Amino acid sequence: MSHAEATAAPDAAEAPTSRTTAAGPEVREASEASEAPTRRRGAFGRLLRSELGLVLGRRRNQLLLALLASVPILLGIVLAIVSDSAYAGQGPGFIDRIGGNGLFLVVTSLFLCTPFLLPLVTSIAAGDAIAGEAGGGTLRYLLTVPVRRGTLLVAKALAAMTFMLVAVALVTAAALLAGGLLFGFDDLTLLSGQTIPLTDGVLRMLGVAGYVAMSLTGLVAVGLFFSTLAEVPVGVMAATVVVAIVSTVLDSLPQLSAIHPFLLTHHWFDFAEFLRFEVSWSLLGQGLALQAAWVAIFGSLAWARFTTADITS
Amino acid sequence: MSSTLTERDHDGVPTTGGDAVVRTRGLTKKFRSGQVAVDGIDLEVPRGAVYGFLGPNGSGKTTTIRMLLGLVQPTSGEALVLGGAMPRSAVAVLPRVGALVEGPAFQPYLTGRRNLDRLDAVDMTADPRTSKARIGAALERVGLSAAAAKPYRNYSLGMKQRLGLAAALLRPRDLLILDEPTNGLDPQGTREVRHLIRELAEDGASVLVSSHLLAEIDQVCTHVGVMSRGKLLVQGERDVVTSGGRQSGERVVITTLRDHVDGARRVLARLAGVDPSSASEAASVEDADHLGDGAVTVTATLGGASLSDVAPALVAADVLVLGIGTDRPSLEDVFVELTGEGFDVAR
Ligand SMILES: Nc1ncnc2c1ncn2[C@@H]1O[C@H](COP(=O)(O)OP(=O)(O)OP(=O)(O)O)[C@@H](O)[C@H]1O
Ligand SMILES: [Mg+2]
Repeated sequence: MSHAEATAAPDAAEAPTSRTTAAGPEVREASEASEAPTRRRGAFGRLLRSELGLVLGRRRNQLLLALLASVPILLGIVLAIVSDSAYAGQGPGFIDRIGGNGLFLVVTSLFLCTPFLLPLVTSIAAGDAIAGEAGGGTLRYLLTVPVRRGTLLVAKALAAMTFMLVAVALVTAAALLAGGLLFGFDDLTLLSGQTIPLTDGVLRMLGVAGYVAMSLTGLVAVGLFFSTLAEVPVGVMAATVVVAIVSTVLDSLPQLSAIHPFLLTHHWFDFAEFLRFEVSWSLLGQGLALQAAWVAIFGSLAWARFTTADITS
Repeated sequence: MSSTLTERDHDGVPTTGGDAVVRTRGLTKKFRSGQVAVDGIDLEVPRGAVYGFLGPNGSGKTTTIRMLLGLVQPTSGEALVLGGAMPRSAVAVLPRVGALVEGPAFQPYLTGRRNLDRLDAVDMTADPRTSKARIGAALERVGLSAAAAKPYRNYSLGMKQRLGLAAALLRPRDLLILDEPTNGLDPQGTREVRHLIRELAEDGASVLVSSHLLAEIDQVCTHVGVMSRGKLLVQGERDVVTSGGRQSGERVVITTLRDHVDGARRVLARLAGVDPSSASEAASVEDADHLGDGAVTVTATLGGASLSDVAPALVAADVLVLGIGTDRPSLEDVFVELTGEGFDVAR
């Protein structure tokens, strides 16, 4: 009887069931048969576009993205004005190198946004996914359209993921732009001392951005699961951010080193690998595997919850 | 319970209502709080019916509707909608069902039109090429075309309600499940909704409509069901229900003078075949003294008697007759009688 069954069933199960049970010859019967609900090609794409339009068209979300994009720009301007080597060696490891090579603005900006701003934006998008619809009462109308609960959940998850990707991409693009304009690009001198050509340098920056984005997928899944539990989106967003923060705190306690490898945020800063001559792909692989595990676990929980929950909002 | 359609189809053979668009058996919902919101109801909405689903606040109407739409999983019992078991068949059956549940709800910052567009995009079986035309037609049908470009957040309550109805009409429907469709509408809007329901029914759709504005339902429904404290107290054809089970619910209303009340009662009791000693219970007396002439009305059920027998019998018994007429018991009378007069919600 569960929705899980219904949602997992292939499209063939969508044949109208009334024809076998309706008694007597019926005029309406003919029209019912011709209106047998068949899933249209490209329907999921239309749903996804609609969801993306909703997420990206929302004023609040646009403001968040603008805020994020302003981080590298402001940082670049400040550093350009206060180009004082008195700060050398202070702040994040790459900050004193920006003056010499604008490429470092990308790493520095992502480094600054990773602990809080990016998780915040991710939590807002993921937490809003289902809880926002439940809180507004629109969930009951979406489901009676009807749409399979699993289909809606996947569309919502992809929309939240996309929003997170857009956020990371915006930070990266703004940093490249501001870094190039303010400081110019140059061949990249790695942390280990070697210098690589500019094109390789840009590729490595894109690698950093890609890794940061992949590192946030676990948080999207956590937010999505929380979102299926409650009807107050703000509470869900807050709870999701708290997960990221608590994870960071736990990761900093040496007494808990046994659980560190499993913490959501444990590998978040491994993107620095891209700045070494010999990139440790196995370390990056561990980070991605960890995120995949969190996505699998919390994605399943969200699925199990959402496909069976009573919608009383 | 007899559905005329079924009777015709089966040529007098008694049926178990095989042609119901909604049928539930022992449908029960116990919430985790322990509250039994719906308690073993056997709902039956015949094809083509306009079914008025009545009940005081908190009696379980919305919870029942949520189970019919697959939003809430029944604790026990089963619900068939258009022949499909809910919630399992939701995706197969619901494209043919238009629904309004507990008031409209849309994205506040999207326009009315964009909101409908979004709902259509969610529908995996909708044709995107006809989307624009269908949305336009639905808006037109509920008289919302002029406000289609306004953000939903700027809509008045009635406009929101209309948009909800437009969403229910985005596709041709075989069944409409409308929970309080006239909530918040002005008298004009209420009339239009009533008109719309009639129109939909004429087009062949069946309608399940809940409301506590009984007068509204009274005017459109062919069948009623009355809920109270999670139980379905009574259901059936409207006229059968209002007459308390007898086929004819017709009552006779006589206007006479106060002195003649007892005489009138005796005559009416004799005609209706009621024991004269209980005549005072069989007929109700109401003051109709608007002109200071001491007029009262006596209302009684006719039973098997014919209306044409009433006047001669009264005259023969020397009862003064100032006026004579008939009256159907209103749904409200039945409703209050069944669910009690108290204003407080039951639980
Ligand atoms: N999610 C829930 N959890 C617990 N109890 C609930 C829940 N939803 C409804 N109830 C209870 O179930 C009962 C029936 O509620 P329901 O909303 O079905 O009534 P209703 O007939 O639609 O009332 P109204 O006419 O006021 O809309 C009420 O007592 C209500 O408190
Ligand atoms: Mg209700």
